[in-house]
Amino acid sequence: MPVEAIAPSPALLAVEGVTKRFAGVTALNDVSLEVRPGEILGLLGENGAGKSTLLKILSGVMPPSSGRIVFDGVEFSPHNPQDAKRHGIVTIYQELSLIPTLTVAENIFIGRAPLGRFGLVSWRRMEEDSRTIIGRVGLNLDPATPVSALSVAEQQLVEIARALSLKSRLIIMDEPTSALTETEVHRLMSIMDRLRKDGVAIMFVTHRLEEASAICDRMTVLRDGRLAGHLDREGGPIRLPKIIEKMVGRAASELYARPTQRDVAGDVRLSVRGLRTVRDPQAPHAIVLEGVDLDLKAGEILGVAGLVGSGRTELARAIFGADRIAAGTIMLDGKPIAPASPADAIELGIGLVPEDRKHQAIFAALAILTNFSIAALDRYSSVGFMAERREREALANYRKMLSIRMASPEQAIEGLSGGNQQKVILARWLARDPKVLIVDEPTRGVDVGAKAEVHQILVELAARGIAIMMISSELPEVLAVSDRIVTMRRGRITGEMPGVEATEEKLMELMALDQKQEATQ
Amino acid sequence: MTSTTERSQRGGVNIARLLMSFGPLMFLALLIVVFTVLKPSFIDPINLFNIMRQISITGLIALGMTFVILTAGIDLSVGSLLAFCGMVAAVVAKGGTANTLSLSTTGTQGYGWFAALLAAVVVGAVAGGVQGFAITRLKVPPFVVTLGGLTVFRGLTLTISNGGPISGFDASMRWFGTGLIGPVPVPAIIFAIAAILCHIVLRYTRYGRAVYAVGGNAEAARLSGLRVDRILISVYIIVGFFAGLAAFVLSARLNSSEAVAGIGYELTVISAVVIGGTSLFGGIGSVGGTVVGAGLIGVLQNGLQFNNVSSYTQSIVIGLILILAVAFDRWLKSRVRR
Repeated sequence: MPVEAIAPSPALLAVEGVTKRFAGVTALNDVSLEVRPGEILGLLGENGAGKSTLLKILSGVMPPSSGRIVFDGVEFSPHNPQDAKRHGIVTIYQELSLIPTLTVAENIFIGRAPLGRFGLVSWRRMEEDSRTIIGRVGLNLDPATPVSALSVAEQQLVEIARALSLKSRLIIMDEPTSALTETEVHRLMSIMDRLRKDGVAIMFVTHRLEEASAICDRMTVLRDGRLAGHLDREGGPIRLPKIIEKMVGRAASELYARPTQRDVAGDVRLSVRGLRTVRDPQAPHAIVLEGVDLDLKAGEILGVAGLVGSGRTELARAIFGADRIAAGTIMLDGKPIAPASPADAIELGIGLVPEDRKHQAIFAALAILTNFSIAALDRYSSVGFMAERREREALANYRKMLSIRMASPEQAIEGLSGGNQQKVILARWLARDPKVLIVDEPTRGVDVGAKAEVHQILVELAARGIAIMMISSELPEVLAVSDRIVTMRRGRITGEMPGVEATEEKLMELMALDQKQEATQ
Repeated sequence: MTSTTERSQRGGVNIARLLMSFGPLMFLALLIVVFTVLKPSFIDPINLFNIMRQISITGLIALGMTFVILTAGIDLSVGSLLAFCGMVAAVVAKGGTANTLSLSTTGTQGYGWFAALLAAVVVGAVAGGVQGFAITRLKVPPFVVTLGGLTVFRGLTLTISNGGPISGFDASMRWFGTGLIGPVPVPAIIFAIAAILCHIVLRYTRYGRAVYAVGGNAEAARLSGLRVDRILISVYIIVGFFAGLAAFVLSARLNSSEAVAGIGYELTVISAVVIGGTSLFGGIGSVGGTVVGAGLIGVLQNGLQFNNVSSYTQSIVIGLILILAVAFDRWLKSRVRR
């Protein structure tokens, strides 16, 4: 209907040709979009597509390099997040910004508590007003409750309520559903729907295609920092294949060379059946495994694709003995194993490169040498004393083999680039000759050149007979190195295919499925 | 381009590293020079040995505390534990709680110095182990557990001693506190040997590496296969052991175990470790630093006393030095990061 397209309701926010350059890298390139009052705009794109850069610009964290933003008909260039808020744009991040020790009411009125007589805080008014405010988002709880007692979903609603009380006209939600259960997602969506009817504009940034499809009026898709296109709801919801097509937009990234199919004839190394993890009463919203079956062969790279919250990291941690297992069996070379701690798993020949390098892998202030040998102290010591010469020789070998760029073994590892840190962590595990190596987001925070190197290393390790399980949310990466790929969602395996047959489109569809069986429907 | 930036980075790191390890030492040398200029007799060997004897008690505990602080922990109970271990040693040495200042060498009904020493270090180690267990298994923070320990051990001490001292040990035990080997006081020799052993353990053994790793990043240590809880318990056993050893030496020196011994020692000990460059956040530090830190406090106290500065003023100076030392450390690290 071309007539309607010519006269859209005037945009509340218009982003016009915004570009953002960092030293040498263009994170956003000539991106335009608009959000109208009373609509939900989905902002979609893969990791690294430029979504977070755009969010930071809109919320006043950093200015664009060029282009302009018009909000409510006036040119808008916020100096900082407070400034953006004052203008009526509130961003709700994944990491919530509420103060856990304060009450709901205190959080809502932080910095602007209603004053009563003698200029003192009027607690009564504050609580009464809070009750009305949180009622708008369907929350029915005592405003005197400390925020730490709320679930993540409730905290999110409190943030939304606070945004509304600030007379916000545009609410940007960054991956709001990633930590929510199915029911909580539905509740959030119905509240988003109500806000839309009240005339609030919402920008919904998400990875989750079916959620976006269910609620968004329009979508803007980014790819490699550029605008990949706009999608409109025409009568019905925007369909998944159309979104995926826009998101991928190319056969495969030129960065990653597709592997030729390797002949993986190895025996089954690791076999997992019916694996379930324990639901922690302290964290009732955390993802648990709901019965995972998996086989991993010697010399094979198994790619595990799934979104944040799909259970992929939980799977790795359960096999590695880092999290408690509720049910199921793990077999290594045909023998059942039950690692109760990472130390047990390592003893058995399993290694894990964790997803969060800074917090889970490196000892930032310690020497590269210590970072390298820490998982193999038994191999580089005799009768309790470090055999430092052997240790240094081993590091020198891996330094050459993995081309680790470093000044000296005494250098603190935090002085290395992300890619070189990751190579040291890989060397840490190679020093143990593991049978199974699990790598979780192996190239997160690693620059483009080093990514290809890390991929090459993984392929070489597999060629030496190590069974590798590679978890990644970057589909081009999964496609580039995997011999076989499984997809996960909500603690379950939803599909499997050989690496050569897989495409981003197929994987995305499988990642969006709840049950394995639905793959055939 | 990369190679030049990495090279300059290495240079920067090395200078800062050098300062970080030798900063306290240079400050110590400076203090000695200043005190010597003020009063040349300060540098007399007799006075220097005197300082060594003075620092050996808190120094011994500081060696153990270095292990604890390297794991990002803390032990506030050491002063009370010292009093408790001293009292246990006295009971064993004398065979009872009778406070007889029997200077006659005949008629000792106790079990001798070796049994007393053994009792002191075993009780210290067990007490440390219990606290370590509470920290790792009951998940109570070290600060709280050892704050409780501070009260508990003092109470136990008062209970077994009835509040009074137990005095009068035989000459063989007193030798450990007052004896000399050549011109060197025995406590100083004990401290030196212990310091060398601790240095070797932390610098050259597998266990030492593990201690640094746990303090540097406990989660990464766990995911690298270290048994983090065991290592944490072990460092509290070590500091307890040293509190027991220090208690034995102190009792031998004073020829008496006092129920009020060691009050406030935890602060002197922690100061020595921190002035010596060990980070309260764990992972960074050394025994050498702790020895220098203990020396610095000893020299300050002695030198100020030598120049008739009141003990009130001494407290002020030492407190300020502590803050300055940590501020300096912070500043250095911010330079390294840049």
